[in-house]
Amino acid sequence: MSVVIGGIVTGLPHPLLVPEQNPHWRRVRQGFEAFREEILAAKPDVLVIYSTMWPSVIGHQIQADPEPEWVHVDELFHDLGSIPYKFRIDADFAHAWREAALERGIHARTVAYHGFPIDTGSVTALKLLNPDNAIPAVICSSNVYADRAETLVFAKSLRDAIEKTGKRACVLAVMSLSNRLFTDFIDPADDHIHSDKDEEWNQKLLQFLAEGRLEDTAQLSRQIQKQIRVKKVVNFKSLWWLSGAMGQHNRYEGKVHAYGPIMGTGAAVVRLTPSEDGIGDKEFDEDDVEVFRGDRDVLSD
Amino acid sequence: MSEGTIVAGALAPHPPHLVYAENPPQNEPVAECGWETLRWGYERMRRDLDALAYDVLVVFSPHWQTYIGTHFLGVPHFQNKSVDPIFPNLFRYDYTLDVDVPLAEAICEEARDAGLVTKMMRNPDFRVDYGTIVSCHMVRPRWDKPIVSISSCRSHAYYSTEVMQEQAIALGQATARAIERSGKRAVLLASCSLSHRHFVTESELPEDMSKEHITNHNQYLWDMRIIQMIKEGRTKELIDVQPEFISQAITETDSGALTWMLAALGMPQLAGEVYAYGTVIGTGNAVVGWYPKGVPA
Repeated sequence: MSVVIGGIVTGLPHPLLVPEQNPHWRRVRQGFEAFREEILAAKPDVLVIYSTMWPSVIGHQIQADPEPEWVHVDELFHDLGSIPYKFRIDADFAHAWREAALERGIHARTVAYHGFPIDTGSVTALKLLNPDNAIPAVICSSNVYADRAETLVFAKSLRDAIEKTGKRACVLAVMSLSNRLFTDFIDPADDHIHSDKDEEWNQKLLQFLAEGRLEDTAQLSRQIQKQIRVKKVVNFKSLWWLSGAMGQHNRYEGKVHAYGPIMGTGAAVVRLTPSEDGIGDKEFDEDDVEVFRGDRDVLSD
Repeated sequence: MSEGTIVAGALAPHPPHLVYAENPPQNEPVAECGWETLRWGYERMRRDLDALAYDVLVVFSPHWQTYIGTHFLGVPHFQNKSVDPIFPNLFRYDYTLDVDVPLAEAICEEARDAGLVTKMMRNPDFRVDYGTIVSCHMVRPRWDKPIVSISSCRSHAYYSTEVMQEQAIALGQATARAIERSGKRAVLLASCSLSHRHFVTESELPEDMSKEHITNHNQYLWDMRIIQMIKEGRTKELIDVQPEFISQAITETDSGALTWMLAALGMPQLAGEVYAYGTVIGTGNAVVGWYPKGVPA
């Protein structure tokens, strides 16, 4: 079938665990709740998460444990509390996605191990958007070495799997906008975006997303990486993935449910719904790619 | 109480493949063999360390990533299952370990007094990172010594290698002061690889050693240059060259682990005992011991 709804959500645990400590965190929590209602109304069969907080090395990994259950503690914000979880995973869809990825040249594997550490971002998103497991979910990793081609083709393989299985899908990127945290502990009441520059870029991204210009924001990914991202991985990939999964265009209805700082980062909840309207496609700088043929062994020449 | 001392420092890389290949009862997956050069190197280092009669292992792990400050395990006992998020097919390990909380608190306090941002981790549900577990297992598989586990605050990513080095040196010096005051005999573990570019695919049989080699020759040359410095005791040069090494060989020393450990030892002009060098899924790993009073007989 198709992607019926999508969006971005922050993965930091504050809106889940301590929304009362800061009005911004509470608003982000309320944004999650409003988005949850819209997701339910769209009646998706599966909720697909691409988490920037689940790094992988061996290709991309896809969660396929039908019922993962654990008590999660964030490695940085461990003092905010423990998060018990039990999720409902669509293992059949996870396997279908892996098959579709392989057909496009993407190395991918499913993981289904008791105790596998599901990342904070995925746990936060699922607890807030799907608290009663009404919609089965699938979670995928972000490969630390992958750049645009691999990420985009992986997203297209998701569309293949959606088409093949006939599912209605909700696709979500768990990500921050600007991702610079404060490097010292702050009073929650003093939280703010780390710098004016980060704030300006965040506002520009939110403007584009509110206008439904998803592919335009994806085309800006390399610039975003340079301007407002701490460079933990090779590039800022989540918008490439989201746009690839949603069809690589600018015809969406966008809604910014919430935006605010979480420990200095730009935390947002944004919904995107496919629409006949929207801003037309401009001339894009980035090439399109259908099949991944490898990294050309640049490093081993 | 007699003055505490660091009896040894070790470069103790943490690829989970090494535990996998050893087939300890705690690890669920089963291997046929694999990475013997490194594992046998660890066995020799274990024997030398055991001869030192130490009280505590202090480990700095790149896989406990805390972007706000340096954190320390602060719960006396942990029992849980560690599943490697990258290689879950190889490492699903049931661990039971004790933490030397007083020493952890003392290092935390010394580091705070030195101007570093620090925090004690008090949540009993916390899952200890697999870097800490692998390095400690490979050094002391009996788990009969308490540990202190120190996180990596990733200042390399947030600022620069130079800032990371300054902070790691301050943390190492704070660690040494706290150990001295504690009256304990400590072994320090820098839990990291050298060059750290992985393959992005895995052979069908992970322990198929016919497929194992360094990712590229550039990384091998850098690893050999670093090991030469280690063997010749050129410690200051080893630290000074880190910005280039990290940038060009994509190394895991960007975590600060190696700099921290050598700073705690006082940047000694002391040759390291190189027990092994080998690759794991393309990364370069060395098992090395530094013994301020000489290699145990």
